[in-house]
Amino acid sequence: MSPAPAPPAASGPAVRLRGFMAHLRLNGFTVGPGETEAALAFLAAGDLDDAAASRLALKTMLSGDRGQWERFDALFDAYWYGTGVKRARPAAVKGGARAAAPRPEIWSKALPPEARGEAAGPMARADSETGDDTLPAGTGRLVASRQEALQRTDLRLLASAEEAEEAERIAERLARALRYRLSRRRLPARRGDVVDLRRSIRRNLSKGGEPLELLQKRRPEHPVNLVLLLDVSGSMMLYSRYLVSFVRGLLGGAIRAEAFVFHTRLVQISDVLRERDRLRAMDRLSLMVEGFGGGTRIAGALKQFNERYARETLNSRSVTIIMSDGYDTDPPAALAAELAMLKRRTRRLIWLNPLLGWRDYAPVARAMAAALPYIDGFATAHSLASLAALEAELRRV
Amino acid sequence: MKLDYKHLQADLRRVGYIADDALAMALALAIALKRPLLLEGEAGVGKTDVAKALAAALGTRLIRLQCYEGLDANATLYEWNYQRQLLAIRAHERDGLSGDEVERHIFSADYLLRRPLLDAISQPSPPVLLIDEIDRADEEFEAFLLEILSDFQVTIPELGTIAAQSIPYVVLTSNGTRALSDALRRRCLYSYLDFPDEAKELAILRARLPGIEHRLAEQIVRFVQLLRRETLEKKPGIAETLDWASALTGLDFRSLVDDPTALQASLICLLKTEADLKSVPAEVAARLVGKVA
Repeated sequence: MSPAPAPPAASGPAVRLRGFMAHLRLNGFTVGPGETEAALAFLAAGDLDDAAASRLALKTMLSGDRGQWERFDALFDAYWYGTGVKRARPAAVKGGARAAAPRPEIWSKALPPEARGEAAGPMARADSETGDDTLPAGTGRLVASRQEALQRTDLRLLASAEEAEEAERIAERLARALRYRLSRRRLPARRGDVVDLRRSIRRNLSKGGEPLELLQKRRPEHPVNLVLLLDVSGSMMLYSRYLVSFVRGLLGGAIRAEAFVFHTRLVQISDVLRERDRLRAMDRLSLMVEGFGGGTRIAGALKQFNERYARETLNSRSVTIIMSDGYDTDPPAALAAELAMLKRRTRRLIWLNPLLGWRDYAPVARAMAAALPYIDGFATAHSLASLAALEAELRRV
Repeated sequence: MKLDYKHLQADLRRVGYIADDALAMALALAIALKRPLLLEGEAGVGKTDVAKALAAALGTRLIRLQCYEGLDANATLYEWNYQRQLLAIRAHERDGLSGDEVERHIFSADYLLRRPLLDAISQPSPPVLLIDEIDRADEEFEAFLLEILSDFQVTIPELGTIAAQSIPYVVLTSNGTRALSDALRRRCLYSYLDFPDEAKELAILRARLPGIEHRLAEQIVRFVQLLRRETLEKKPGIAETLDWASALTGLDFRSLVDDPTALQASLICLLKTEADLKSVPAEVAARLVGKVA
């Protein structure tokens, strides 16, 4: 019997199924030969009599997370019935005004799916998400100050090599200093705070079982994890040149860290900055962040972060660092709401504001004033020296 | 081997759990292929209940392991009963036993406290093992769990290796507070549980509260479905729907339009944070009631 529903080609079901696996892999599924074999063996056993059941079974066996679970049906239809995804894609592109402009290939790899959707054009995005009334891209085009500056800014020209290296070195030192934080799990230790009964009894058996020598255990130190949100809007231009290097240093490997930049929207840049060659990293970053130097929507960017990334990047060992001057075009109340949400998910929230280094600066920008209640640490970041001084501030995690 | 997920679906319905085709298939596959099933979904969609219902439908024991940060291998596999061991050492001292004999005695199965994972593999017939909220445990624990789930044997230095007497049906749940490792995901079958649609939720409500009036049940379900579309911090789950339905029947409601004041007060069954309660004032509630009544 034919295990797969209506294979369009005359070739054997095994070949078709292998093709389907390749199709899934192309679409980001992690399925290997092991999965192919299991699926084939299962279908060949002929347990299922209809296409719907086979589809459900394959969906359960092959998807690994929610995104894949939700995309599976469309991919299944596209492959076995030649409908769905394949045709939908060109239609969506046609709707977008900016879609005609060719994108560097880098977009398709480096950006999260959401940002990729955005790249297909603001119209397509608005069409697909009519339910959401706070679209960063949709509203941004109307107000002059919110306009995304579309020219590319070459970060290589902004930062002198020595400055950038210095910033990276400071950041790496900081990352090492931040590395450990207390955990709840206890491990054997010479001088701990709790008696380790299991080991104590074992050890004292040789002395007739009388607990003469008590072994102890204590909480080991556990690495923290950093989440960095860097404002790259026009007003931050002067500072973002070394802050990017600083972020790159923090990502250097001493601790777990994820980095994002935002101006009118949020983009994850961890993978790009981890590129070993600094110039190439900056190059790729410039390509990704086309709107460098545009307006700022801090609340919008944080909302995007809270909804999409917060769950998987933040845990009880997270320290979140926002680097921004606090000039926001979103209402301050919106910023306060997003910060409150963020504050609940992270252990410590630190705001680095370069303006704080100015003489007589008071955080009077309305957004900054609204943000203050949620911030655990408020420090300056206007020069390399001030970044180096952060070590003491961050150590008290 | 015939994979009869419809049969399992009917069995689950018999014990009061309404599973859609996708979930029934996932469970049937997990049983047939003897692989763990990873369930993800929002809090309140009934992930934990899946395991309870499966145990009831299969007529077997449910063993539950609740994960938390800092959970380690000792707490999930076994622990020695230290107090008893210490007492036994004293007692044997008086009897004049040698050190070796004492050791043999106090490290025997009598003094072993079985924790969920060891318990699950030492049952004569396969139980359902529920590993709840795996995303709360540390990554190290996840790696350890992978090892147990592939070997199904536990080594205790004093007793030797204990092989599984039966392979449990394993259900893992996750709320997505942390990204799980690819290794764990690949080891497991996967299913995503969404909030139930109107028909399914109505069926659940009927199954759990058989006495509820038909019209009220329909209104309640439609109201909750609409409420989930509002922007809320915490969307009401199935348990909340059931609570609310019991509250309303307790208040002698026959229709949602009966008593707006009591209705507003009863919303605390559905909305569990202050912000959510504030975001559904009387006018909003009235608008929703208007749509469903």
